[in-house]
Amino acid sequence: MSWFEKLLPSKIRTEGKTKKAMPEGLWTKCESCGAVLYRSELERSLDVCPKCACHMRIGARRRLDTFLDPEPRVEIGGDLEPNDVLKFRDSKKYRDRITQAQKATGERDALIVMQGKLKGLPLVTAAFEFSYMGGSMGAVVGERFVRGAEVSLEKKIPLVCFSASGGARMQEALFSLMQMAKTSAALARLSKKGIPFISVLTDPTMGGVSASLAMLGDVNIGEPNALIGFAGPRVIEQTVRETLPEGFQRSEFLVKHGALDMIVDRRDMRDRVASMLAIMTHQAAP
Amino acid sequence: MKHSFLDFEQPIAELEAKIEELRFVSNDNEINISEEIAKLEAKSKTLTESIFSNLTSWQIAQLARHPQRPYTLDYIERIFTHFEELHGDRAFADDPAIVGGLARLEGRPVMVIGQQKGRDTKEKVRRNFGMPRPEGYRKAMRLMQTAERFKLPILTFIDTPGAYPGIDAEERGQSEAIARNLFVMSTLKVPIIVTVIGEGGSGGALAIGVGDRVNMLQYSTYSVISPEGCASILWKSAAKAADAAEAMGITSTRLKKLGLVDQVIKEPLGGAHRDVETMAQRLKDVLLETLEELSEGTADALVKKRYERLMQFGQFTTRPQ
Repeated sequence: MSWFEKLLPSKIRTEGKTKKAMPEGLWTKCESCGAVLYRSELERSLDVCPKCACHMRIGARRRLDTFLDPEPRVEIGGDLEPNDVLKFRDSKKYRDRITQAQKATGERDALIVMQGKLKGLPLVTAAFEFSYMGGSMGAVVGERFVRGAEVSLEKKIPLVCFSASGGARMQEALFSLMQMAKTSAALARLSKKGIPFISVLTDPTMGGVSASLAMLGDVNIGEPNALIGFAGPRVIEQTVRETLPEGFQRSEFLVKHGALDMIVDRRDMRDRVASMLAIMTHQAAP
Repeated sequence: MKHSFLDFEQPIAELEAKIEELRFVSNDNEINISEEIAKLEAKSKTLTESIFSNLTSWQIAQLARHPQRPYTLDYIERIFTHFEELHGDRAFADDPAIVGGLARLEGRPVMVIGQQKGRDTKEKVRRNFGMPRPEGYRKAMRLMQTAERFKLPILTFIDTPGAYPGIDAEERGQSEAIARNLFVMSTLKVPIIVTVIGEGGSGGALAIGVGDRVNMLQYSTYSVISPEGCASILWKSAAKAADAAEAMGITSTRLKKLGLVDQVIKEPLGGAHRDVETMAQRLKDVLLETLEELSEGTADALVKKRYERLMQFGQFTTRPQ
């Protein structure tokens, strides 16, 4: 109670908060330009700042929800859960890290895969959940990706993947490294059958994910200003002892050096991916 | 060649120094002390056996990086004949951190590819400490596709701290180069035999490591990240590398138990560098044997089996949603 309220006779004191309750997160500040944004407006623009076009990170469910048609949607490999084969323990047990990540995200692991439609075109879409242990790739992520690719193969429908990952999951040690080979082998099969794979690299896509499935698209798309690379910028700086060039390892840098085909604004993603897939599969423009 | 010793081998080093001293004395002296020398040599052998029977993962990691450890070209020279090194990725450059070429294994035509480290400072720099750049992986891919065209089995030798983390490597698409190799290797219609001879450092190792058989020399290592790297990320201290090495299970015996490696090739007492000839002979025997096994059956069956092998990597639990 403030000193002023204490002075007031008890009759006119109001119970509880005098301030009007402000719902959590009604306003958001853009991390890039600092603009104060109305949350629902930001959501309408798919978490892209309407002022500066900064692409904020979004979760896997929301990604799929905003990319796919509302119906039909069938999740693939949702019944898989991580298994701590090595009984890995660093400063924390891997088991505990899993529990913590599952609680925080509501997901069992860092990749969600769904069969659905994009502007009427049937396809399989995978999306990484970066807030689940940095979107790291372990056995479940690898297996879900492969199961998604197998559905693509079986139904002869395209595969699209939105990556956001720090790389391989260290707690699964060499098993996680092998997921790079596993996912790449599945993509090689798709490629031999002429089934399109479009890889969308979002902020950030690094290490083992970048050096496997994410770079293997028939079309590689980057979201604006996404950090994409093999080695982390800090590791490179320590190795070469030079300051990194401006814009190093950002989408624009990768387009310039020929690793990505294009940069696509998230708000245009549905239209552009659908249009390209329709061309690649000889269908009428959606 | 004089052996150099690692920290944990110091007791052996002291004994060996003593033996050396006695030999020196006996040379310019009439006294016969050969009996004493023989006794000490036996003692040194027992000591080595006892130290090497109980190595920690971290000690093995140091052996895998031993400055005298045989490198790819040391094995190529001893195992193969008619080796003709092939250079360049046909697009940008030749990367000396990866070597490869046509060769014969007991008369059989093959393609060999491996990462190459340098022995002296100048050579180390030239070979970039065995850390390939994209052009190195692209050269390897070119040679593998050449091998497929001419039906040559591919034998790869892994020995790298990892793919080079440099500005130029990123600019030229390190990620894509590694990814493309994984993609291509999974469908090559010729047998691929992979052997980790030293350090199997992460994606940079795997980029020439997708095969039908994966062997490891006894004191080689294979891991998703270096013990130092893992320690500095998860323990926030590179000094915890020994703990990280243990936790990740980077040794040949552990990985064999986990089903990630097919065969462990025993090293001579004290490690491959103590007796390179014996090591090369053992490796050659295994390669010949494996090649024999893989030559049976059709190419399609081989590729199918390789795919199935890749698909079974990684365990998980199934629970209804």
